[in-house]
Amino acid sequence: MDQILVQTLHGVVNGMVLAMVASGLTLIFGIMDIVNFAHGDLLMLGAFVGASVLGVTGNYWLALLAAAVAIAILGAVLQVTTLRPLIGRDPLTTILATFGLSLVLQKYALWQWGPSVRRISEPVPGDFTLFHIQYPWYRVATAVLAGLILGGLWLFLKYGKYGIWIRATTQDRVMAQAMGIPVPLVYTAVFAIGSAMAAASGVLFGPFAGVTQTMGFDFTLRAFIVVVVGGMGNLGGSILASIFVSLLESYAAIIVSPAQAVIVSFIALVLTMLFRPTGLFVPTPK
Amino acid sequence: MLVLENVDAHYGKSHVLHGVSIEVRAGEVVGLLGRNGVGKTTTLKAIMGMARRTAGRITFEGRDLQGVPPHALAGLGIAWVPEERRIFRLLTVLENLRTGLDRSGITPARREALLEKVYAYFPILRERRNQPGGTLSGGEQQMLAIARAMVLEPKIILLDEPTEGLMPRMVAQIQEIVHALHRDGVAILLVEQNVPLTLDAAGRVYIMEKGAVRHHASSAELRADQRVIHEYLGV
Repeated sequence: MDQILVQTLHGVVNGMVLAMVASGLTLIFGIMDIVNFAHGDLLMLGAFVGASVLGVTGNYWLALLAAAVAIAILGAVLQVTTLRPLIGRDPLTTILATFGLSLVLQKYALWQWGPSVRRISEPVPGDFTLFHIQYPWYRVATAVLAGLILGGLWLFLKYGKYGIWIRATTQDRVMAQAMGIPVPLVYTAVFAIGSAMAAASGVLFGPFAGVTQTMGFDFTLRAFIVVVVGGMGNLGGSILASIFVSLLESYAAIIVSPAQAVIVSFIALVLTMLFRPTGLFVPTPK
Repeated sequence: MLVLENVDAHYGKSHVLHGVSIEVRAGEVVGLLGRNGVGKTTTLKAIMGMARRTAGRITFEGRDLQGVPPHALAGLGIAWVPEERRIFRLLTVLENLRTGLDRSGITPARREALLEKVYAYFPILRERRNQPGGTLSGGEQQMLAIARAMVLEPKIILLDEPTEGLMPRMVAQIQEIVHALHRDGVAILLVEQNVPLTLDAAGRVYIMEKGAVRHHASSAELRADQRVIHEYLGV
């Protein structure tokens, strides 16, 4: 019983970080039909930028902000130079392009920061005791912060002028253009927002496991699983699926080792693809 | 104001428009009649930069539209009400209107006044303002599509078969709106299959067949001599 409660907490915390990663990925897919294989590498770069800023200033919150802003700008530049020319082409070309970007970003990180693991120290110290188990406050703070950031994103999309532009463009880009919405600019902005979300998740996740140049791929993979399980391009679905999949993994870890628990995500992915390819958390399509 | 000169257009590989020339003057309602598939909708899409133009010129207030990005047309004063209506289905009625209202350089007072104006024309939209666009009936969606174009404060509206598939009561209401827009000084290029409505609303009419304009006359002339209508439209 104690174990189940602890694993529930664990699953929710991991799920919130994953939800932040996946929300950027699903926004970008929804609006541009681009499957961004470099998404996890933007997260990794964000974590490195965060670790560097933290090393210089000692201020974790400044590091979080700096990483988000820096990677948003990088994302905008990458979108304009690499993906904008490919809009309207075969989806395969954008997959190859983002896969190429992923390799370039990884090798850049290796060259810039070296192969050793960087530590990001926890900004919120201390543990609390939950049924004889020490649980760090920072993990709880992370989940809360991720929830606030996702809530902010939702409010922006729901009520903001540019949020409405983004949703209108996602639904019908031709009509959006006819209404005077500058669609190419909206694409770039969405890519920048998605990149910033990835970078912020990287800094939030940094204290859990350290920062390496290969950490991105794992996140790309996991984010893809939840984006498919939640319904491609569906923000709410991705968030629910993140928590759902993370909880499944947490509970599975009670029985098998955590490394083996990852298998349940893939089982969820395969079952979704087989029986409900539009996603678990969307209304049945008409 | 809007001038098409010898426009050729392709849709994919098929050559749809052959030397179409049409002019709409400021504040004028011009009809574009023809059977299904003669290129009426493609003519509007060519103006909106959505059909590939291969020859000819399209100018708006003397400015060549070649190379103008599609999202800049609304700013120039061209609004489009497509045949399929293309309501943003998951956006509420108010959010649909906001896609045209939330533009730069508009004062909050002007924005409010525009919203009140379209609500006055279409009271049902005020009632349904928080309902997703996709849940509206066909007639309500058509009203929303027209209202959404109106909030852009356009100089011309390209109105593509606004009465298609609507009940007679709705058709009368759309006709009313076309008259009201005309009184406000908005030019309209009206694509229709409904001949009586077009002859009533438009001052001049172009008749298309097989991707080209075959006839051009005032509505009064066409009303007086129905043979042309018979010949090209079979009604």
